[in-house]
Amino acid sequence: MTDLSADPGGAEGLEPAGLEAAGVDPAGLGPGGSLAPVGTVAVAAPTLRAQTRWRLLLRRPTFLVGAGILLFWVVCALFGHAFAPDNPLAQQLLSANTAPSASHWFGTDGLGRDVLSRIIVGARDILVITPLATVLGTILGTALGLAMGYLGGAVDLIAGRIVEAVLALPAVIIAFLFIVALGPSTWTLVIVIGLIFTPLIARTVRAAVLTERNLDYLSAARLLGEKPGRIMFREILPNVMPAILVEFTVRLGYAVFAVATLSFLGFGVQPPTPDWGSDIAANYSGLLSGYWWQTLFPALAIASLVTAVNLITDSIEQVLNA
Amino acid sequence: MVTFLARRLGLMILTLWIISLIVFFAGQILPGDPGRAILGPLASKQSVQVLDTQLGVNRPLLTRYVSWIGGLLHGNFGTSYSYRTAVEPFVRAAMINSVKLALLAFVIVVPLGIIGGVIAALNAGRAVDRIISVTGLSLATVPEFVSGIVLIVVFGVTLKVLPVTASAGQGAGDLTQFRHLILPAIPLVFVLFGYIARMARAGTIEALNSDYARTAVLKGLPRATMIRRHILRNSLLPTITVIATQTGYLIGGLVVVETLFNYQGIGNLIYKAAQAKDFPMLEAGVLTIGVVYVLATLTADLLLVALNPRLRAGGSDD
Repeated sequence: MTDLSADPGGAEGLEPAGLEAAGVDPAGLGPGGSLAPVGTVAVAAPTLRAQTRWRLLLRRPTFLVGAGILLFWVVCALFGHAFAPDNPLAQQLLSANTAPSASHWFGTDGLGRDVLSRIIVGARDILVITPLATVLGTILGTALGLAMGYLGGAVDLIAGRIVEAVLALPAVIIAFLFIVALGPSTWTLVIVIGLIFTPLIARTVRAAVLTERNLDYLSAARLLGEKPGRIMFREILPNVMPAILVEFTVRLGYAVFAVATLSFLGFGVQPPTPDWGSDIAANYSGLLSGYWWQTLFPALAIASLVTAVNLITDSIEQVLNA
Repeated sequence: MVTFLARRLGLMILTLWIISLIVFFAGQILPGDPGRAILGPLASKQSVQVLDTQLGVNRPLLTRYVSWIGGLLHGNFGTSYSYRTAVEPFVRAAMINSVKLALLAFVIVVPLGIIGGVIAALNAGRAVDRIISVTGLSLATVPEFVSGIVLIVVFGVTLKVLPVTASAGQGAGDLTQFRHLILPAIPLVFVLFGYIARMARAGTIEALNSDYARTAVLKGLPRATMIRRHILRNSLLPTITVIATQTGYLIGGLVVVETLFNYQGIGNLIYKAAQAKDFPMLEAGVLTIGVVYVLATLTADLLLVALNPRLRAGGSDD
């Protein structure tokens, strides 16, 4: 709650009551105003060397479990076709809707396709779209946040209004408006999700920049006659990097959320390409007839990916705080 | 206090105006000709044009925006392309349904989240804390349709204890309707829990580290009394803001939950309007959500000021 004094005239641009200082983002991208790591946004200048941090990270069991699960899905995304037990597109109508058995471990769907194979191969799109969208959002959001935080004034006020207006509308709704307009494709999803993350990430970066703005090294840089662009990217950016890293991993989790949700609603990967979200939507009606395996297993796949990303996020956060 | 209110209201109107711009122009970039969409592919070019003129969709963009906003200010939300009648009753009915579902979710999640957060804070750094934090974060990032499906499989299909559709149908009693809403509410609870717990945890930890908490300990208050009297009151202030501002998210979540459980709420309305390219319905629905969000944020600010004398005292007015 120290924002009140640290930010004369700027804080109200975005947030009442100085909540930002606590790293809290009480707005609404979905789940994610963000569970922005409270207290880590204003991570002080690095105190531990990167190498030490990396070793600390590798010693955390939560990180190892998360990384293991993530690695598994990455391997599926890259080489899934090679080791999937069946062709994920092959329809065998005679063996449609069969329950899990020795020949089909996860059963078959309404068209007789092997559910396990579709899950393995279906990892690809979500694992491509998610990181690309998050990287795009992080780059744009960082640039915007640096400008808002460092330049302040009119830039901050105007950008702040727009950011708030975007946050007022649920991300899912903005996303599908634009996807309906642009037509669903991998790249549409990357761009739309990246753009929706931009204001959220900008907020976090802005808050982190505000804590740097009045420090001596910036006055020194200004006195040396450095240009604003150089100050923002060469002086401030390295110092807010830990906050950006944490924000990136948090967003990665939400990107999985967003991609899965949009493909469930039919705005993502289109059938018959295997995809967890759209497979769930396609087989959902079978659920009520008792064919639970067609939807439950893809759902668990999504849940496991999300959990893996979160375990990694949590570990990185802990290590950066150490 | 007066300047604070005036400025908040000013900012609120500005935000609403930007939202209206986004909503209107996002609606306009949707492809396809509304007349064609309504009449179908077999209709003649002429009749499509006649209908377009009737609907006013071939006027310049700016003219349409001005007349749309003008209509809104007079309480006229437009005419649905699909139903050819006023949009307003549809939006109103959907809103009432969604509010029921959202309220149930809030009633469950708020106490749960606060208790979870306080317990985590009192055990900060220990296993309980980590479990609550990681569980909260994980539940929050599991899409609603994923947890919804797991719930349907467990409670609806396997145990058969709860109905799997959200609407009880015409003429069902309140209690029946309530039972139908339990399963749809839980995915929303899951997503919100981590968020509220996290805020409550942060607030409690801050309060525990404060001077007044130390004073309370040093003067020998029992721990339970100290927590009840000195910690909770302070730690829950930021949580209030978070709870109020989560309405924005909640409605996004409703799109999915209402689709999954086939419930006629505002999320479902927007989703179907987007698919049918029913712009007036879409715009009215999305704008309603924007207004709800802005009002909720304003309420949270005012509530915070009302509950926290330190913010009222002048000086910094935020």
